[in-house]
Amino acid sequence: MKDDISREQALGLFRKMLEIRKFEEKLYFLFSTRLMPGSMHQYNGQEAVAVGVCANLHRSDYITSTHRGHGHCIAKGADINAVMAEMFAKKTGCCRGMGGSMHIADFSVGMLGANGIVGGGIPHAVGADWTCRYKKAGQVAVAFFGDGAANEGSFHESLNLAAVWELPVIFVCENNLYGFSTHYRRVTPIDRLADRAVAYGIPGVVADGMDVLDVLEKSKTAIARAREGKGPTLLECKTYRFMGHSRFEKPTYRTPEELNEWKNRDPVPRFAEYIMKHCGVSDLDIKNITGEVEKTIEAAVVFAEQSPDTEPQDYQEYNHG
Amino acid sequence: MIATRMAQALRQALIEEMRKDEDVVLLGEDIGVFGGAYRVTEGLLDMFGEDRVRDTPVSEIAIVGAAVGAAMTGLRPVVEIQFNDFLTCAMDQICNQAAKMRLMMGGQVNVPLVIRAPIGATGRAAQHSQSLEAWFMHTPGLKVVLPSTPYDAKGLLKTAIRDNNPVMFFEHKMLYGAASPGGKARTAIEGLDESFKPAPEEEYYLPFGVADVKRHGRDVTVVATGLMVHKSLKAAGVLAGEGLDVEVIDPRTLVPLDRKTILESVSKTGRLVVVTEDVVTCGVAAEISAIVAEEGLFSLDAPIRRVGVPDTPIPFAPNNEKAVIPGEPDIIAAIKSVAGGAA
Repeated sequence: MKDDISREQALGLFRKMLEIRKFEEKLYFLFSTRLMPGSMHQYNGQEAVAVGVCANLHRSDYITSTHRGHGHCIAKGADINAVMAEMFAKKTGCCRGMGGSMHIADFSVGMLGANGIVGGGIPHAVGADWTCRYKKAGQVAVAFFGDGAANEGSFHESLNLAAVWELPVIFVCENNLYGFSTHYRRVTPIDRLADRAVAYGIPGVVADGMDVLDVLEKSKTAIARAREGKGPTLLECKTYRFMGHSRFEKPTYRTPEELNEWKNRDPVPRFAEYIMKHCGVSDLDIKNITGEVEKTIEAAVVFAEQSPDTEPQDYQEYNHG
Repeated sequence: MIATRMAQALRQALIEEMRKDEDVVLLGEDIGVFGGAYRVTEGLLDMFGEDRVRDTPVSEIAIVGAAVGAAMTGLRPVVEIQFNDFLTCAMDQICNQAAKMRLMMGGQVNVPLVIRAPIGATGRAAQHSQSLEAWFMHTPGLKVVLPSTPYDAKGLLKTAIRDNNPVMFFEHKMLYGAASPGGKARTAIEGLDESFKPAPEEEYYLPFGVADVKRHGRDVTVVATGLMVHKSLKAAGVLAGEGLDVEVIDPRTLVPLDRKTILESVSKTGRLVVVTEDVVTCGVAAEISAIVAEEGLFSLDAPIRRVGVPDTPIPFAPNNEKAVIPGEPDIIAAIKSVAGGAA
């Protein structure tokens, strides 16, 4: 880890990661103890990726996301109340209860949507970046996707198109080792997905996805390059999801030893320890932030619970623009 | 210039909308330097530059996907997919992404996107000859347009570009009246009468969901689309000589569909034949027939007849292709079979 970040930056990064962690923990609890509709894919373990990348983005920059999109939404600055209310399928949800966990989006902060189809959102980032170049508005677009999506046709077509049109999209592959139950090496013949960048004549970089500062630094280079119009980058972040693929699925396909090994590198306590040592952050700072974040999440739950339910015919309003 | 061919009319619509609105951009395979396989975008690269007329790799997922992303962030892309058969390569982006985005996101975003694609059989065998418009009628969130004349094509494409929703815009190859340099495209436009209405130079928009009665008649209602409109009009001309007065309705847009005009016509004639170039099973005609069965059954004096392609991939051998694509004799036979004592 590098130690050239300010105390303020350190606390900001820690707070965002903790917001995602506490949001996910609360959601797991809510799903297991009461009636919450639908399913969900949780982001616990991967917080350093979304937070490290989005810390380099402006509000007006665009991101596209995946079925595991809660972390991206929060990291990009979406209103946590509205995201929580969407989980409850409430009228006040960010998608008015019409999308749910797999489609959360907040266009006011450039979050163009989680996506239920693996690889589905990657070309949208290419198109969003085209708009940015065309309108010379100075924004950039980031596509988040997983190791599974790297074997979809949309991955190849999108990277090729971005490279040949010189659209500086930042392609962030979150390699959490498993596509649902299948280890990526059983379905992918190479260790480093970033090596695929060679095929498109663009830089391919690997970051430690359990280390927010490594992600921050490597995505900073890619994003700076993009802002200068120098073309796309493929950034592979090696990471791990602590939960099952979806809802209460038990990951029988991986060993407890493997899980423990990755939990020892848990990006949230690891970063807390680091900033207490190197950035002048105190034990009390951590406690205070933890208390504040817990309050934020509790308030989001209260907001969601007290929000009006959707009406059965609400969908009609959103069918055509 | 008055556009007497559909390719010219579509081109005029693109030029007018691009001049009017800088957010209108084009992308697709061979549309720039080459000018489009059916010449719809001829000269547009020189006119508007590479920022707005973009040749793409052969990457249908990325073409439609990037267009969706661009549409969500403020552009109004018009995609050309070279043959409608190639839409299959982009089905996720069309049906799961573009069509559903607005509802999934709770109305936060519109996807003002037009996807143009040629349909119809012209001797190119099973993967370049289909008419797939019915598939997209089955996906809520998409609008589906299928014009049969230069006049309709221009007015409807301009409306499609101004629409805030994804629009599938199907164009029949035999009606373009244009071929690649050195190529000799099969065309049906020679010998068409004034029913192949030219597009005037001035601007106009045609509304979606309004059918056009191409021929008024008392005895039998024929609902037809694309090239089949013209084959049906010829059939109606032949039958007029036998004392049968056939009405020919072109819905022009399949989503939204002008049910009222169809039902009113059936209530007048009591007889319905639906003529389309897609496969009959679960096709355009199946939907129109179901609507009439549900809402107009007691107007009917005879069973509904569907004329379309039987359940087969389109074969290559010209005599086989001819056998499966509806022709005037098929249409005449179907009309006669329901006409009974109407004449």
